[in-house]
Amino acid sequence: MYRMRLWSVRHAHSLKRMYAVLERGLVFCEPLLRRIGYRRLDAPFARVESLTKGFLLDSQNCGQCIVGFTGLSCPMNCPKKMRNGPCGGVRADGACEVDPRMRCVWVLAWDGARRLDDEQVPLQAVQPPVDHQLIGRSAWLREVRIKVGSSGHAI
Amino acid sequence: MQFEDEPVTPGDPLPIRPGHSSFGRLERVLRGGGFAVTAEIAPPDSANPAEVYKRAALFDGYVDAMNATDGSGANCHMSSVGMCSLLTRRGYAMVMQVSARDRNRIAIQGDILGAAAMGVASILCLTGDGVDVGDHPQAKPVFDLDCMSMLNMIRHMRDESRFLSGRELTEPPRVFLGAAANPFAPPLDYRPHRLAKKVAAGAQFVQTQYCFDIDAFRRYMDAVREAGTHEKVFILAGVGPLASARSAEWIRGNVPGVHIPDAVIRRLKTARNQQQEGVNICIEMIHQIREIHGVHGIHIMAYRQEHRVAEIVERSGVLGGRMPWRPAVDWKNAEWDQGHPVATHTPDRQVLESVS
Repeated sequence: MYRMRLWSVRHAHSLKRMYAVLERGLVFCEPLLRRIGYRRLDAPFARVESLTKGFLLDSQNCGQCIVGFTGLSCPMNCPKKMRNGPCGGVRADGACEVDPRMRCVWVLAWDGARRLDDEQVPLQAVQPPVDHQLIGRSAWLREVRIKVGSSGHAI
Repeated sequence: MQFEDEPVTPGDPLPIRPGHSSFGRLERVLRGGGFAVTAEIAPPDSANPAEVYKRAALFDGYVDAMNATDGSGANCHMSSVGMCSLLTRRGYAMVMQVSARDRNRIAIQGDILGAAAMGVASILCLTGDGVDVGDHPQAKPVFDLDCMSMLNMIRHMRDESRFLSGRELTEPPRVFLGAAANPFAPPLDYRPHRLAKKVAAGAQFVQTQYCFDIDAFRRYMDAVREAGTHEKVFILAGVGPLASARSAEWIRGNVPGVHIPDAVIRRLKTARNQQQEGVNICIEMIHQIREIHGVHGIHIMAYRQEHRVAEIVERSGVLGGRMPWRPAVDWKNAEWDQGHPVATHTPDRQVLESVS
């Protein structure tokens, strides 16, 4: 929902903190998750993510979430799927070039990212192109696998 | 400007100088401290090479490199690969524009290798306009990469000699990497950071959107200098003549990302000869841009007014007496036989033999 998307950007700071707690919990439970099997858990986790992030962020379920870097503005809502910042077509009032009814997701991201208490200039990490094999998978479980030092590849 | 190590056959690569990444003239001019001039060449809606050569000849001796656009404004034209293929063989320095809108990473990497093999020395990575603004709004927008990940990918190909997949190349593409910048679109205070990010991703030169708002451009350049980015990247400011007040208003309303202040439109409206006034404004802007510290050249986008580029370059004195490379054969006055030039005068025997 577009209105929730705007709300989430305004509350980027607390939402990011909530996710950090969730992630710590998942990392703590990692041995258990591994025993049950990531492959088995992926679909139910993806469903939960789709519901929560879909409601809060209009998540497009790319399976490689980077909203922690983008002020809680989901870049996959950009009609050009830009994951590295705004294009040059953003309208003078901050509306999207392609769909003028919505604000540019990167104008929102710049706004949201400055609410996070990061030291560096936000949005500056160069993001790799989307891995299409991960679309529809659980981004949370992938993040846990990366945190414990295994691969972020599709399972 | 002829370099002392010019190849005998036009179209053969120049030797790569130490510290340079490409065999191109544009990189040489910029690294040599010259104020560079590039211009956009509009690809024809045609399969006739003669139309390409004629359009290129308009710029002979006035520009250091030409940008072959890649479906600009999401409109269909001859491809930038095709344009570059024809023109590099004549010895022209090309900047091949690559848009992420129409091709995925497999196609783009293949095109980069092909282009470099044909003699393209500079590549401009663009995300591209959305398909909705063009003449095929029904088309599938690809956007597998964005300009940033494209820069990163091509730099990886050049410096690591590998595809994005990690598979090895036997010969990397020796290209000078460029990007676009729009200092005038929101979020304005993020734009200088965005430029720094493009440099971090691999951009060695940038060409900006039209700079009609010099004050806003100055503010942008202040921030760029403060971050020191102007020392890591060559910045070419975009300029161009407006044909009339009406066309300026149309561009402002319909071309994504172009910002034209009201003062410019008012000035055009009150002019007796609007087209001439458009050229005058463009020349004045070039003079003002040249004064801004950290700008290394201009990029002229004279869509449908390409014949005015020579006048703009000459009257603005932007080259400062420098004469960019030009082909030894005078294509402009050549007669054309099914796309193949028949020279009307005999310049250099060797050159004529090599093109026949």
